[in-house]
Amino acid sequence: MLDFIIQQPIIAALVALAGLGIIFGALLGFAAEKFKIEGDPVIEQIDELLPQTQCGQCGFPGCRPYAESIANGDEINKCPPGGQSTINAIANLLDVPAPELDQEHGQEAEVKSVAYIREAECIGCTKCIQACPVDAILGAAKLMHTVIVDECTGCDLCVEPCPVDCIDMLPVEAGIKEWQWPAPPLPNGLIATDKTHNDSNHEDAA
Amino acid sequence: MRQTWVTPGGVHPPENKIQSLTQPIGSLPIPEKLVVPLGQHIGAPAIACVKHGDTVLKGQKIADPAGTVSAAIHAPTSGTVTAIESRPIAHSSGMEALCIEITSDGKDQWIEKSGISDFEHTSASALLSIITEAGIAGMGGAGFPTSVKLNPGFQRPIDTLIINATECEPYITADDSLIRERAEEIVEGIGILSHILGNPHNILIGIEDNKPEAIAALEPHTQDTGINVVSFPTKYPSGGEKQLIYILTGKELPSGSIPADIGMVCVNIGTTHAIKRAVVDGEPLISRVTTMTGEACEINRNYDVLIGTPVAHMLEHNKFDAQRCSRVIMGGPMMGFSLTSQQIPIVKTTNCILAPSVEEIPHNEPAQPCIRCGMCAEACPASLLPQQLLWYSQAKDHDRLESHNLFDCIECGACSYVCPSNIPLVQHYRSSKSDIKKAQEEKIKSDQARERFEFRQQRIELAEKEREAKRAARREAAKQAKAATGTDSMADIVAAAQARTAAKKASPEQELAKLERAVSSAEMRVQKAQDKLDTATADAETEDKINILSAALSGAQQKLEKARTRLAEHSK
Repeated sequence: MLDFIIQQPIIAALVALAGLGIIFGALLGFAAEKFKIEGDPVIEQIDELLPQTQCGQCGFPGCRPYAESIANGDEINKCPPGGQSTINAIANLLDVPAPELDQEHGQEAEVKSVAYIREAECIGCTKCIQACPVDAILGAAKLMHTVIVDECTGCDLCVEPCPVDCIDMLPVEAGIKEWQWPAPPLPNGLIATDKTHNDSNHEDAA
Repeated sequence: MRQTWVTPGGVHPPENKIQSLTQPIGSLPIPEKLVVPLGQHIGAPAIACVKHGDTVLKGQKIADPAGTVSAAIHAPTSGTVTAIESRPIAHSSGMEALCIEITSDGKDQWIEKSGISDFEHTSASALLSIITEAGIAGMGGAGFPTSVKLNPGFQRPIDTLIINATECEPYITADDSLIRERAEEIVEGIGILSHILGNPHNILIGIEDNKPEAIAALEPHTQDTGINVVSFPTKYPSGGEKQLIYILTGKELPSGSIPADIGMVCVNIGTTHAIKRAVVDGEPLISRVTTMTGEACEINRNYDVLIGTPVAHMLEHNKFDAQRCSRVIMGGPMMGFSLTSQQIPIVKTTNCILAPSVEEIPHNEPAQPCIRCGMCAEACPASLLPQQLLWYSQAKDHDRLESHNLFDCIECGACSYVCPSNIPLVQHYRSSKSDIKKAQEEKIKSDQARERFEFRQQRIELAEKEREAKRAARREAAKQAKAATGTDSMADIVAAAQARTAAKKASPEQELAKLERAVSSAEMRVQKAQDKLDTATADAETEDKINILSAALSGAQQKLEKARTRLAEHSK
């Protein structure tokens, strides 16, 4: 063995390298089988960022199918409920430039809204219940239906099937619990020409 | 002299406490209308238990606590409930919330009070329920319901009770004057607390050394009681819970935990006074000592003011000069907030109304760019990096903000105070904190929506599969039936159908019984119709009615006839 290596160093080196290649190849192959990940992890991550309204405004039946489509190279600006912040987050994740929201799919709502059924007018047809993607409408055939406000994602899908048009989308009322501290203005406007008329420097800080 | 520890950071703003300490605690005339907010504490707002138009007595409960973390609300004076509606309340947002308005009848008539003279022989749970009923919430600033704080559970034994008498914020002297005048009641309140907590080893009153009179007032009452009055050098913000615990015990409270996790309970000194009043005198929390100070008011002093008194009422009685005033602040100059309306009422957590002149607290200078001097980091009592937090806050980088422990910021305002560029740092942090909280809530909601959506998908799929399986089973059965008969000629199918109907038919005995039942019920009906017709004829009813009844009778007779025929056929 030793003699062979000394006499034929080139062949010995080649054999050794080939041997190493086979061993590591087998190891990698084993690892790939053993630690295999089901599905595409990117899909999961994108799905996490989407707002889960399941509204279908993107043209896909739910948020996950759209996430899959994005992972396969679809545009990331088709989600109006998520709006610009979701687009930015996905762009950040995929490391691509963030486009503006595609207006074709709808506009970003300023205030979140939830469905409200005018119960006196409801005829109990169950069509909205079948349309609701998150089972947020409660009721039975020929009995009045009502929306579980806490579960409603505001997706709008129940409005259209209603034969008597008794569903309204009402903006969520923001009480004192939902109030948010406003961000102070950025330190601009120090140069006179930069100043706008509604710049107020008499903000009351704590 | 007990050892004390020194917290990092801190600032020394001008104290301005002397102005309001020249006179003893005063009282104001009862305002015509008191506005009592239902949410004066941390946790769920209380639920009103009186109606519009009800007459209430002073100290009567007007709102029940909603759940565990909540506090009851009581009528501050006797009178009539004239409104239960949304009013502006003491909140930084200046928003409105549900309040009960009581129009005073001027009598100030108490309900029947029932105090306990020997609390030592009363169980802790009974005392806790008295405290809950009295609606006591922390009077230092946050307003955490006290009964919750005093009930840390068996797994967290308490060995140290800390009474917070620091009052580190400038201008405020409410606790100072309260101690000077009512030290005995305070010490009694501490005794009650200690009894509830199972007599902890250490009872410490933490007080800054700028209140020598208060310390002297406490001394005679605390002698030989095991209560230690610990004074330490004045520095803002020593009165923060975490800071005070460190100063007194040298222990740091881990991020995200409460004092009970390390065997401590920290209570404001004003709260101990309220507890004494509730337990011994049977008086719920309906008034508190509040400092009225600032150059825009001619009189600067402390008042024992009823909860629900509008700020305007206080200002009026202190010769307030609106011309000189830059803004009216609830709380101190460091952590307080400007009021949007003077109709906002005093609540359980209001320790000070500050009406400074423009020279005293000028309007904020415009913020300039950060020059990276690092003074904010030196001033931060929580050892955070305010500068880094500012960058991340402006960039809305929530992950980095959290990893830089934004949520350990106590919002004391020391960094804003020292900032030479006048950057409103705390406002940035508060804004970021609420952004992060909102994002977390949305995340929870969207996770919930996803779960429900996926569950629904699964359910629909399952139902579809079941239907499919049923269809397949039917097809299979039909095929088998075909295979069994072998042929499929029309006659066979008809025969099979007839066989099925024959099988379905009931046995002859059952059939007989059924027919017999039909006959007897038909007989009964005939009888009834006959009776009706007879009575109608006897009462000489109209012809129409008699006609109808006789038609009914003949119909019933026909039916009886039919039933009899069928029975006869069957019997053959």
